[in-house]
Amino acid sequence: MIDAVGHPTSLLLLGGTSEIGLAIAERYLTGGPVRVVLAGRQSPRLADAAARLTRAGASVETVEFDARDAAVHTEAVRKAFAGGDIDIAVVAFGLLGDQEKAWQDIDVAVELAEVNYVATVSVGVALAAEFRAQGHGRIVALSSVAGERARRSNFVYGSTKAGMDAFYTGLTEALRPDGIGVTIVRPGFVHSKMTAGMDPAPLSTTPEKVAEIVVDAVTKGRELVWAPAPLRAVMSVLRHIPRPVFRRLPV
Amino acid sequence: MPRSVKTLAGWARTAPSRATVLTGDDVASTPALAEAIAGAGSRGVIARGLGRSYGDTAQNAGGLVLDMTARDRIHAVDAETGLIDLDAGVSLDRLMRVALPFGLWVPVLPGTRQVTIGGAIANDIHGKNHHTAGSFGDHVVSMDLMLASGEVRRLEPDGQESELFWATVGGIGLTGVILRATIRMTKTETAYFVADTERTADLDETIERFSDGSDEAYDYSSAWFDSISTGSKLGRAALGRGSLARLDELPATLRRDPLKFDAPTLVDLPDVFPNGLANKLTFSAIGELYYRKTKNKRGQIQNLTAFYHPLDLFGDWNRAYGSKGFLQYQFIVPLAAEAEFRAIVRDIAESGHVSFLNVFKKFGEGNRAPLSFPMPGWNICVDFPIVEGLGAFCRSLDERVLAMGGRLYTAKDSRTDHDTFAAMYPRLDEWRKIRDAADPDGVFASDMSRRLRLTP
Repeated sequence: MIDAVGHPTSLLLLGGTSEIGLAIAERYLTGGPVRVVLAGRQSPRLADAAARLTRAGASVETVEFDARDAAVHTEAVRKAFAGGDIDIAVVAFGLLGDQEKAWQDIDVAVELAEVNYVATVSVGVALAAEFRAQGHGRIVALSSVAGERARRSNFVYGSTKAGMDAFYTGLTEALRPDGIGVTIVRPGFVHSKMTAGMDPAPLSTTPEKVAEIVVDAVTKGRELVWAPAPLRAVMSVLRHIPRPVFRRLPV
Repeated sequence: MPRSVKTLAGWARTAPSRATVLTGDDVASTPALAEAIAGAGSRGVIARGLGRSYGDTAQNAGGLVLDMTARDRIHAVDAETGLIDLDAGVSLDRLMRVALPFGLWVPVLPGTRQVTIGGAIANDIHGKNHHTAGSFGDHVVSMDLMLASGEVRRLEPDGQESELFWATVGGIGLTGVILRATIRMTKTETAYFVADTERTADLDETIERFSDGSDEAYDYSSAWFDSISTGSKLGRAALGRGSLARLDELPATLRRDPLKFDAPTLVDLPDVFPNGLANKLTFSAIGELYYRKTKNKRGQIQNLTAFYHPLDLFGDWNRAYGSKGFLQYQFIVPLAAEAEFRAIVRDIAESGHVSFLNVFKKFGEGNRAPLSFPMPGWNICVDFPIVEGLGAFCRSLDERVLAMGGRLYTAKDSRTDHDTFAAMYPRLDEWRKIRDAADPDGVFASDMSRRLRLTP
């Protein structure tokens, strides 16, 4: 249970090496001990992530999870819940990829669609079942502003996030009667390994700042937040700009 | 079927969860109850009374919760011996109304009468008379406990299964379901108190009043203290101390009906209070008023509400904190830790976390129950509105309370972690052994038992 002051006992990161996910875990760890379950592919990076959180005071467990293999998602999520209640599950995995390749190479495009959309949907279904049986909990879904309006520069990624965002928006309503909360987070440009070497967009942010926004949103039970917050206003304007103008904008 | 899925929370309205709630005949009938426990499923089952515990003791996310108020019969009253045999779902309020005409008084009364017998035992509740009467478990002559197997055991404090009796006292419902109990009531000639009230100027004087031996002259004693003012007013208090009045102490007007249940409620608060209304400004003003209205007076005759339950003048007062709720922080530290105890009181006042309902009391000896809260020491209870930074502040208090050899109270706690709790209750493993023997599969479970890792 998330306790009276908003501190969770346990946290599940699907995408156990996600920098935003790890930053969320670290932020919670400043408020007391947390059991963290890292779901990801066994790799030195996952081991590093576990070591990093252990140093920060977490008791860490890892569960084998491959976003590309939807057949094993239910089992992976079940295993993540087997060691005790999960208070917050963060759907943190995702790929950005080479966007120019992505709209011209079927394999690259399909991989993005499978990881960012198909896998987040299948994991969402599995999480919903576990949380409903558990009677409490919250899902944090890391979406993106890229899903709010497709742009020439990253529309394959944007389209997968749009689908994922719509799924979790609906899931928020479906789970509401069961007292299970969903928080959708739409970050803008986040400085991380995923974006290394890219030119930062305006209003860029860091995993730590996104984590701060996520923790605050979960405490307040908010269902949709942007990171940083001003992106909400920016996107609401951008969504309504006519195409001939939009395509000339440097976004 | 009287079975429905509901959102349940504690009295502080924080951390709600959903559970299947069983009510009515399914709880009132013993065979039906046994069947429900047998079919509880992997999330387990917990008994719930009137929901006055502040945190997550009587909620069970995804599992089964038994609404014990369905078991509400009073089976026998013996005015001679003072023994009352009654169901666990009877409230102390009703018990008091039924018992008073017989000249019998509820031996231990907490800050509210809206608690059940089962809850009173399971939390081993205490009251203003702890230093003279101990806690609720000390007045239980026997109780019937339904085990995970559905079997009902009659337990006595010194009987064959006294270990299970004392593990159930303070055992927050995790040993089984308390069905029925026999309580030894206190005999009284009247339903009134002879009370002395006085104000102290600062914390030194408050501690002095409780240390100078004057407390021994009263059966009941506690103080409201100022936890907001700093500097010279720090820890000033309004003391209320007294004993049940004898018939010859009452004025003639009250003597005509000395055992009248005299506990008025003025108004029920509506659920309209915004968050943030409970702040330093409003609390300082109300606190100042409360402090000033307390006069140094001796030998006043007071009714139950005036002396014991001033908050009952406002029904549902927890609503005044708004939808975010609040956090009750109650701790006790050994008498020897007085210096560090003073420092904690000062740091609470200086923390910026404001609390209005502050109770100060010196406790007497504890009992044999491994998870019972009371021990000889300084007891403090404060309640803070939920604001950012409160979690970190409470963690720092936990550490200091623990370092002093003190502990938190399960009926109030809604946030501490399992390691801290285990360190505060050194007899936890002893309790676990008894509990696990009575319920090896961990059928009894609650949100608190999972948070504090009390059950397998």
